Amino acid sequence: MNKWTRRAFLSTGIIAGTGLVVGVSIRPGNRAQGLQELMAGEDETLVHAYIKIGADNVVTAIIPHSEMGQGIQTSLAQMVADELDADWDLVRAEEAPALDEYANYAVGKGFLIPGAKFPDIIVPSVDGALMQIADVLNVQVTGGSGSIRFTGELGSRIAGAATRQLLVQAAAQEWQVPESEIETEKSHLIHRASSHDEPYAAFALAASAMTPSYTPELKRQDQFKIMGQQVQRFDIPAKVDGTAQFALDVRLPGMLYATVTRSPVFGGSLIGTKDEAARAISGVIDVYELPPMESNDMIGAFAAGESVAVLAEGYWPAIQGLKALEIEWDTGGNETVTSDKIFAQFDADISAAQNRGTDSLFGDADDVFSTAANIISADYRVPFLAHTCMEPLNATAEVKDGRCEIWIGCQNPLGFRQAVADALGIDAENVTLHNQFMGGGFGRKARPDYAIQAALVAERAGRPVQLIWSREEDVRQDFYRPAVQSRFRAALDNEGNPIAWENTYVDKHEPIEAPLIPYAIPAQNIGYVASPTHVPFGAWRSVDHSQHGFFTESFIDEIAVAAGKDPYEYRVGLLSNHPRHLAVLEKVAEEAQWSRPLAEGRGRGISLQESFGTLVAQVVEVTIDDGNMSVDRVVAVIDAGFAISPDGITAQVESAIIYGLTAALHGEITIENGAVAQSNFHDYEAVRMDTAPKIETHIINSGHAIGGAGEPGTPGIAPALANAVFDATGIRVRNLPLNQFNLRFGVEEAGVVG
Amino acid sequence: MAVLIVNGTREEFDVDPSTPLLWVLREKLALTGTKFGCGIAQCGACTVHVDGNPIRSCSTPFSAVEGKEITTIEGLAPSSEELHPLQTAWIEHQVPQCGYCQSGQLMSAAALLASNPNPDDAAIDSAMRGNICRCGMYGRIRQAIKTSATYYEVASTSELTATAQEVSGE
Repeated sequence: MNKWTRRAFLSTGIIAGTGLVVGVSIRPGNRAQGLQELMAGEDETLVHAYIKIGADNVVTAIIPHSEMGQGIQTSLAQMVADELDADWDLVRAEEAPALDEYANYAVGKGFLIPGAKFPDIIVPSVDGALMQIADVLNVQVTGGSGSIRFTGELGSRIAGAATRQLLVQAAAQEWQVPESEIETEKSHLIHRASSHDEPYAAFALAASAMTPSYTPELKRQDQFKIMGQQVQRFDIPAKVDGTAQFALDVRLPGMLYATVTRSPVFGGSLIGTKDEAARAISGVIDVYELPPMESNDMIGAFAAGESVAVLAEGYWPAIQGLKALEIEWDTGGNETVTSDKIFAQFDADISAAQNRGTDSLFGDADDVFSTAANIISADYRVPFLAHTCMEPLNATAEVKDGRCEIWIGCQNPLGFRQAVADALGIDAENVTLHNQFMGGGFGRKARPDYAIQAALVAERAGRPVQLIWSREEDVRQDFYRPAVQSRFRAALDNEGNPIAWENTYVDKHEPIEAPLIPYAIPAQNIGYVASPTHVPFGAWRSVDHSQHGFFTESFIDEIAVAAGKDPYEYRVGLLSNHPRHLAVLEKVAEEAQWSRPLAEGRGRGISLQESFGTLVAQVVEVTIDDGNMSVDRVVAVIDAGFAISPDGITAQVESAIIYGLTAALHGEITIENGAVAQSNFHDYEAVRMDTAPKIETHIINSGHAIGGAGEPGTPGIAPALANAVFDATGIRVRNLPLNQFNLRFGVEEAGVVG
Repeated sequence: MAVLIVNGTREEFDVDPSTPLLWVLREKLALTGTKFGCGIAQCGACTVHVDGNPIRSCSTPFSAVEGKEITTIEGLAPSSEELHPLQTAWIEHQVPQCGYCQSGQLMSAAALLASNPNPDDAAIDSAMRGNICRCGMYGRIRQAIKTSATYYEVASTSELTATAQEVSGE
């Protein structure tokens, strides 16, 4: 199984039909033997697998997700604390260790069976089955914008409510009063009639001996006291004084340093290394050739060729040593691949349309096109993208006596633990993984190649080693957001209404619904063809939505223009069956004052995208002066159902927009001679302070099921921007990034496709 | 023995003089608040002050700063009980997300405010454009710098008042 997909999961048959009722091993709530000892510190009681209560009445929420900037450990603690009726001032959060007990059963539940409501009686069985699946598959992933909507909604809240119930039961027994007369408030149990008022801590031990419910009563939205409130993130104070510990900051006694490289041409294998010059450098200790690696983990499946590592007394001699190596690679024929050839292949494969799969097929589009008078056609393209997390990949490992200890920042601690164990040929139980704050993740840190390299180098060195990738290695050995070409046709009737929509693109990944459109077009044929390349695939913030959001929201704009309609009004006219979409779109138009006239040289564009259960609409305003563009303002409206952390969701929208804007303006990984041409921030640029727009974010709490927040802001920025450029200049941008075009000239001179 | 004065403390150690200051701080002195981001002075994550001026420590050989006074993020706050006004403003505006670039952002901002206590947008752009934040928190950084500048105004006004009172004998 290559990817963790709903289809793949279901095809395993594990949970098909009556397979739901399987032996239950471990479920969240149950304290597996030894867990209490492992998790609870002095004067702490593990009341629930997700909750500890200390003698000082401090509640610690145990969070089975990694912190890469999204503030998740605070948001999930809010969800636990609210259902628990905890005193927020006495709530802390702690990341769950990489243990099977903390596999993300809830992510599996939400991902496999989205929106499913199970009868209470079978919930334990469903949970147990999913827990086993999560355990077997080593899933402890942070991604897919899933932490709040799955773990939070299906795990943290239940843990909080169930624990509150246990504490009430324990107090009722002790005080000999009915449970229904006991109130809970600010981490206290209160029985007014008998004047009892005790802190939770007093009953933690008694509660920990009871079995928590899997179906406790949860609060209604109007009962929330901590969810939806503005709270300060737990991790921020340490991030302003240099004390926050990232993986790169781990320091062990006797630690050495290493750096590493793989074949610049993907898939290349090692012929040999001449290392005399490297070994002559002061501080260089050794040079290792590391074997090729692969992982079949459903989340982070990958394959990579051999690497060569230099071990040294510091990073500086290590990188000098690496530069002094003469390495010969067998590039196996891929050395002739270029980006131009890849796009020519995409173009040919779309035209051939062999074995075309379909995402959506209804109405008879072929028939409509054969008679339609007005047909609009366009091809769109986007390039490969790297992630460039601020913190270059690194890991610190120590291997001795058949055991490995590793310190790393990663998006799937359990999966990484298994990958390291497999590489070392030991059992996963003999690998202890300490997950640290991540200096960015964006999908890159779900692939364990850097963990395996660190473990293999440490094993050979016989001492603790911190392996650090150079930024150049990071840019050239990523798992890339795929380049994609997408071909469209639309047919319009005499009034300019769309009557058919046809779309064929290359290279389908997840989420499967990314290319779908919400607009009422009676005949649709959306599908894809395979067109494999040798460039490694990776999930990149919003995954397939990052490409298709640009394609579909640009093309609908083209149709509106062809119909002689305002792009906002045109969308509104096609959304009468989607009131939630309409509300978001109308709100953004209102907040951005869509109909306000703009000065000469200025332009405005709009987009609407649903992703990860969340709707985002954006309006972008640009100024183009003598071909120089500035992005002045972005107005965004997000409906994620309910904002658990309003400032957190606002920050995520700001972040997602800048991440997508960097890609739209600058982002381009090109392939030359089979290898990546870019290497660092000078030729793979990022939006900086002086080019960052003012971003205004508005939240709609619609009351729909909670959606994701980390990714949904990314897809809509590129199309809104390209639509704004069209508004200002009449140039329709169908290829990204934008900075390759000279906006002083017209379409043909600027080299815009179409 | 090589000598460096870091955050007011004299440090002595052995080092190859071509080693960039960044790795001396991180590996010799275990001051890990200063970050490695690019190695070619393009991202600003490694920004520290040398004799009060912001520099990119990843591209500054130790030989160029030997014997000089270095301030890192660990030395930005006036004391262990008190934050620098920028740090306070960073918390108030909830600036960091992943937080990895923030040591560099704060050191660049501190150097800006030291020379220009009330910077306008153009001055902020110019001083901060060397620092990349891949989480994209530029709007919050800008706001926090402006908020911090108001702390300076308050502080300097109260200092002036105190001085005036001393002078007038009140």
